[in-house]
Amino acid sequence: MSKRYETVIGLEVHVELATKTKIFCSCSTQFGGAPNTHTCPVCTGMPGSLPVLNKQVVEHSLAVGLALNCQVNRRCRFDRKNYFYPDNPQNYQISQLYLPLCRDGFVEIETEAPGAEAGVSDSGKASDAEAGASDSGKSFGAENGKRRKRIGIHEIHMEEDAGKLIHEEASGCSLVDYNRSGVPLIEIVSEPDMRSAEEVIAYLEKLRMTIQYLGASDCKLQEGSMRADVNLSVREMGAKELGTRTEMKNLNSFKAIARAIESERKRQIGLLESGKPVVQETRRWDDGSGISYPMRSKEDARDYRYFPDPDLPPLEISDDWIARIRENQPELQEAKLERYQTEYGLPAYDARILTDSRHLAHIFEETAALCQKPKEVSNWLMVEGMRLLKEQEMEAEDIRFSAENLARLIELVEKKTINRTVAKQVFEAVFKDDIDPEAYVKDHGLSVVDDESTLRSAVKAVMDANPQSVQDYRNGKEKAAGFLVGQTMRAMKGKAAPGLVNKLVMELLKEIVG
Amino acid sequence: MADDISDEMIEYVGILAKLELSEEEKRTAKRDMGRMLDYVELLNELDTTGIEPVPQVFPVCNVFREDVLEDSGKLGKSAETAVREDILANAPEQKDGAFVVPRTIG
Amino acid sequence: MNLLNLTAVELGKKIRAGEVTSMDAVRQVFERIKARESSVHAYVTLDEEGAFRRAEQVQRQIEAGELTGPLAGVPAALKDNLCTRGMRTSCGSRILENFVPFYTAEAVCRLEAAGAVILGKTNMDEFAMGSTTETSAFGATRNPWNLEHVPGGSSGGSCAAVAAGECFYALGSDTGGSIRQPSAFCGVTGLKPTYGTVSRYGLVAYGSSLDQIGPVAKDVADCAAVLEAIASYDRKDSTSIKREDTDFTGALIDDVRGMRIGVPADYFGDGLNKEVKAAIFAALEVLQAKGAVVEEFDLPLMKYAVPAYYIIASAEASSNLARFDGVKYGFRAKEYDGLHDMYKKSRSQGFGPEVKRRLMLGSFVLSSGYYDAYYQKALKTKALIKEAFEQAFARYDLIAAPAAPFTAPKLGESLKDPLQMYLGDVYTVSANLAGLPALSVPCGVDSEGLPIGMQLIGGHFQEKKLLRAGFSYQQSRRYQGPEASADEAGKERSAYE
Repeated sequence: MSKRYETVIGLEVHVELATKTKIFCSCSTQFGGAPNTHTCPVCTGMPGSLPVLNKQVVEHSLAVGLALNCQVNRRCRFDRKNYFYPDNPQNYQISQLYLPLCRDGFVEIETEAPGAEAGVSDSGKASDAEAGASDSGKSFGAENGKRRKRIGIHEIHMEEDAGKLIHEEASGCSLVDYNRSGVPLIEIVSEPDMRSAEEVIAYLEKLRMTIQYLGASDCKLQEGSMRADVNLSVREMGAKELGTRTEMKNLNSFKAIARAIESERKRQIGLLESGKPVVQETRRWDDGSGISYPMRSKEDARDYRYFPDPDLPPLEISDDWIARIRENQPELQEAKLERYQTEYGLPAYDARILTDSRHLAHIFEETAALCQKPKEVSNWLMVEGMRLLKEQEMEAEDIRFSAENLARLIELVEKKTINRTVAKQVFEAVFKDDIDPEAYVKDHGLSVVDDESTLRSAVKAVMDANPQSVQDYRNGKEKAAGFLVGQTMRAMKGKAAPGLVNKLVMELLKEIVG
Repeated sequence: MADDISDEMIEYVGILAKLELSEEEKRTAKRDMGRMLDYVELLNELDTTGIEPVPQVFPVCNVFREDVLEDSGKLGKSAETAVREDILANAPEQKDGAFVVPRTIG
Repeated sequence: MNLLNLTAVELGKKIRAGEVTSMDAVRQVFERIKARESSVHAYVTLDEEGAFRRAEQVQRQIEAGELTGPLAGVPAALKDNLCTRGMRTSCGSRILENFVPFYTAEAVCRLEAAGAVILGKTNMDEFAMGSTTETSAFGATRNPWNLEHVPGGSSGGSCAAVAAGECFYALGSDTGGSIRQPSAFCGVTGLKPTYGTVSRYGLVAYGSSLDQIGPVAKDVADCAAVLEAIASYDRKDSTSIKREDTDFTGALIDDVRGMRIGVPADYFGDGLNKEVKAAIFAALEVLQAKGAVVEEFDLPLMKYAVPAYYIIASAEASSNLARFDGVKYGFRAKEYDGLHDMYKKSRSQGFGPEVKRRLMLGSFVLSSGYYDAYYQKALKTKALIKEAFEQAFARYDLIAAPAAPFTAPKLGESLKDPLQMYLGDVYTVSANLAGLPALSVPCGVDSEGLPIGMQLIGGHFQEKKLLRAGFSYQQSRRYQGPEASADEAGKERSAYE
């Protein structure tokens, strides 16, 4: 490659909002369900049906917009996006074009210290009205090997999701299921401020974290409650104008996103290098083959004929409403991160891991409040918790045990009812089945044995069985005492109080040695 | 602007409206649309600078419903299945509780 | 007793008084339907069995004192764009020829709650697009006053059914005059309420920002009773308006003293048929004699109403009718090659020429590069027209206008020239653009014996003023159907004497 290229990426992220009912009707948004069982005249586009807006959708959307530092359009409304496709029962999607709910926000991301691409200067003020591009992304220096950068949010709008198509090989037909039709979405449109897959993933992680913390969505890529379409173009390094972009769809994991970005970057550079133009089009990523394909046929004019939906009156967002949303905003990750260090004295690394999942942070705080031992709680979650998550290939979101049971476990250790070795075993049981640790310890006879006569006879038995070790000790090998302690603990199946065993071994050895 | 109504435009609008017109219908459509657009030129006499294009007649805003489940969602499985029967009752083709369309991809 | 000459309210009174039963009324009305329907063709669907069953049920409820309203037990007809559970709703279109909804329009639910007995569904221009009821896929309806003439449209079936005595009242819908113009052509009274007064839930949408359901009846008193029954705030329709003043029958007062009626000079110019003009002026004299102040004035911008209307209505229709695609309901072409071909063939075979014409126009005016010049411009024009009316209603209680520039044209005359047909809506569309209530009352016949209607337009939520003026006017002019005016007239009069 003779020239150097810069990759310019903007994202359109769709997030399904966590409401009980759909955006314009009272049908359930619950995932699954037999085809077309969560439907009604409205979400199947029956003649004469009319949409009525779910207030919670606006509340969630506003919360996200404010958390992403957006300006709220005080007067906004819904528009119809007209196109024919069977997953769209009315053949128009109710969305927002002319007056979206939020505009002009940003998020700050952190990536590892500059790599080849991330190091490119973002100072060039590109202008491309169509792409809405303004290179507002600003990096501000490195810190602890991290590079911070601001990614602009162009707008956030509310819209309805489409139904699902199931393709049948045999019959040559597709089946249409409208259970998802009308599930509320927000679309978060970024500025073309990203330059690498790493930045894209940092941006998505940041969005996901923020939105999860707000409780506005669970943001699961695999289940489709968070979907990212990648708008990508390349240009010669230093060029001011943006190149022609393509839009990539069907990206179901961070891995797929990274792979698709790399593939599309190469494809576009390949085209430019061989003197061919990049065609502005939508492409579908096939993660299996690692190749993307153009999606549309000539029957798709891509002329959506947006116009204000006459069935839906406009929204007026008052100062009071915004103030109320701000007041009710839960503590977000940044704030928690800070507080865990100052209030609980946790190391920055631990605070980061705990707050990387709202769910984990919640368990941490609840448990800490119950047992008043935040460091202990953090230790359990960070060491044993993380180990088990990894072993079981689980996400922090999947943790099902209660704060109460973890707190009880910590108290059992604190009161020395069980020792640390046993506690690990109990933690595993708590982690897997959310059992009550006290009952578990009782049922399995796991309490610490601290009865001196029992332990004394145990130590004696171990010494009788290991005369060589006793002899070694006598010969000045002090390490032999440790061996005898370990053997006693083993004979007691780990339940013996370690301090007491230690003391008894020393006492008995001294008696023998004289 | 009626001059914009070329054969290509009629073809294009046919794609947008998902209508397949016969040659005769295309000719008529071109003529009718041309005449109609000539007629609506009349609006250009009007100075509409600064006028807000409001689709709704009344300044009503913020019409909401609460996020509460209704109907089948609340009544459980049998009601859901009953709703589905209703939803599919008029379908030209259905299978396994779903509407059937010609294959959309591949 | 011949019940068919009674108004709905008169019949309701007799039923409640126990003089006749709802079944008697249904029996007589079906006899009339059987006699007249082959020539008038007002209905596309009739449900005789259902109507009798329903009449018996309502009769029991009336006798049990559970139904006490003025319309209880009175047989009624519904325009076929109002969804009715279990009863075909075709919108006069082949594409919905076999569509049977499983939900009922809110306005119809309200009527049923008031004890209405539904006879069937009336013919209409396909998807309410037309002014003659000739664009129906199920054949034209004829004007009961003269079978060679159209009944007007698009609610032509509802108006013809009332005029022919094939029902006691009917519901219609009005997007650009579709209640008022056919009411005028058929010599009946029709009312388009203020936008948002009657829920649109279950009304198959044509132009959503303009559509409004309203009554068609023999007189103003019936219209008031029906409107009182169907007007409601409905949470299922986001454009529905909360109103406290829906006791419309309370406005039926014979007193127009001091009422100021503005007469826009432009509306009575060259484009207006002379006989129509004379009849309306005569009607205004009646009101003047009763104490109303009638004054000519200039209502600007009205020539822009028709172009703005057709842009907005067609644009909204192109989107509203996109759902008819052969997937979920309705007609699907027999042969096609893939998805988009299925869409195109189903729609092209399922829609008639007038619908296609408007879908093409509507898709064009919204398309990329033309949105601002057409749709946006039309919305701004609409805002100016609304403002012009607001200024007029600062000075006048009501505005008087023709309902149409001429009386009912002959069958087959109008469709030859679509643009000419659109221009016939010149007096009615502005009330839809501005969301205003408007009433059409019969005010005589022309030299051919065809009815003439006077339109009264009110300010927002001023239905009561309309009803009061219309009621006062009708005190001296009791309803006369085509029978009474034609050969049967002599007999019936002698029977009363």
